[in-house]
Amino acid sequence: MDKITQDLLEQVAGLHEIPAGAYNIRKDGELYGRNVSANIDIVTKTDKPGIDIIIKDNTRNESVHIPVIIAQSGLKESVYNDFFIGENCDVTIIAGCGIHNGGKDASEHSGIHSFDIGKNSRVKYVEKHYGSGEGTGERIMNPQTKILLREGSYMEMDTVQIEGIDSTKRETTAKVLDNAQLVIKEKIMTHDKQLATTDFSVDLDGENSSADLVSRSVAKNESHQIFKSEINGNGVCHGHSECDAIIMDNAKVEAIPALTANNVDASLIHEAAIGKIAGEQLIKLMTLGLTEEEAEKEIVSGFLK
Amino acid sequence: MLELKNISYEVTGDDSKEILKDINLTIDERFVAITGPNGGGKSTLAKIIAGIIKPTSGRIFLDGEDITDLSITERAHKGISFAFQQPVRFKGITVKDLITYAVGHKISTAEACEYLSEVGLCAKDYINRELNASLSGGEAKRIEIAMTMARGTSLSIFDEPEAGIDLWSFQSLIKVFEMMHNKAGGSIIIISHQERILNIADKIIVLANGKVINTGSKDDVLPGLLADGPGCSKLVNKL
Repeated sequence: MDKITQDLLEQVAGLHEIPAGAYNIRKDGELYGRNVSANIDIVTKTDKPGIDIIIKDNTRNESVHIPVIIAQSGLKESVYNDFFIGENCDVTIIAGCGIHNGGKDASEHSGIHSFDIGKNSRVKYVEKHYGSGEGTGERIMNPQTKILLREGSYMEMDTVQIEGIDSTKRETTAKVLDNAQLVIKEKIMTHDKQLATTDFSVDLDGENSSADLVSRSVAKNESHQIFKSEINGNGVCHGHSECDAIIMDNAKVEAIPALTANNVDASLIHEAAIGKIAGEQLIKLMTLGLTEEEAEKEIVSGFLK
Repeated sequence: MLELKNISYEVTGDDSKEILKDINLTIDERFVAITGPNGGGKSTLAKIIAGIIKPTSGRIFLDGEDITDLSITERAHKGISFAFQQPVRFKGITVKDLITYAVGHKISTAEACEYLSEVGLCAKDYINRELNASLSGGEAKRIEIAMTMARGTSLSIFDEPEAGIDLWSFQSLIKVFEMMHNKAGGSIIIISHQERILNIADKIIVLANGKVINTGSKDDVLPGLLADGPGCSKLVNKL
């Protein structure tokens, strides 16, 4: 494994070596490595690029890693990954994409993920996006995630984009059935002239369904962030979305929440806060001996922790 | 030793007001209490010492060195600590992070426990908690005091440390001050209205209307302070 691949894998999947359990590593548009387990099958699609990940009923305490690495400048791809998760499972899925662009052409990855989560299953889905490289070519990622949470299931999606992605449009849609629960935690930092758009749309269709969408972001330099969230309460349900952003320098942040209650028993809440780092936070850390720059760094990294 | 020479502070603009008027003080006693009515300039004076506010005129000396033009950070490195009246809340920064900044190097849970236990908090319950709005006022205040203690500097300023502290008695707070002095020496400046805190002071400074109206040992200052009361006779009768 070369150094760039190793670095990107570590950044997006926390991997120092080939992982245990099921995995599928895609590099520069091709299969780099795959392993299946007794309960988790990975099958290459025949009609379009991508894979099906099939997880048997009652699969517990197993993980799947499906990182994507692009080290070749100018590569553009759309990849379709469909997850079929059986009933009564408890699994962790680690996806993520790292682009190293050392050239002048734009590299682009669009990961289109769909999740069909079986009854009473629990899924933790971790997705990290990271870009590096000295080249002038843009690093673009447009992930789409479509989620179906069947009765009594639970999904936690942790999505992180900390640096290096010039342009991203992240679209997540979910349909939540009876007694199912969706938790999304998003962390984004943009810098320079980056643009990041987040678009959540959740239908709370089931009785006692719930969704909790929390976004924390930091916008630096000339970057621009747009946070859209839409929650539709169609039954006895509970929906909460929260957008908390620190704005710095000449950045721009937009928060556009939408809540629709189509049922008298839908309880929906949205909170949004955008503001610069509080002066008193900087002052407190400076009285502890940190410089203003160090204090700012600690506040930002704590906020995105 | 801290010396304030001719310190004045004025807010300009529509509500221009002289908040501190020609303050001259020398502080080298163990415990120095600053007291006086609300709005008298006590917190402003503390912020001027910590470097958060620049005085309009006058000079500040720490152990003979003029620190008037030093930043907050530089003064922190020279050995000045400041416990805020209203603790600042942070999203994502933990109690351990803050004590680590205060100590200046990585610390173990056992080490953090040393400081937190002194303020009546169990380290294992608090160390990984964020210092955010989920902590009560009293908890945040104790952590603020623990942080100042962890700095171990020769000059510490506490702005109304007793405010918001409930069950945890004054006695423990006083023990903290004694321990800090035993470890680091120097002076501890305490802004307070509490008689029990004024009682342990080696020197009491009474600040009212931006001026030092009295200064001296507690035996000299305290009787007059209690007799005069904080306001008009009607108010005093109700207290």
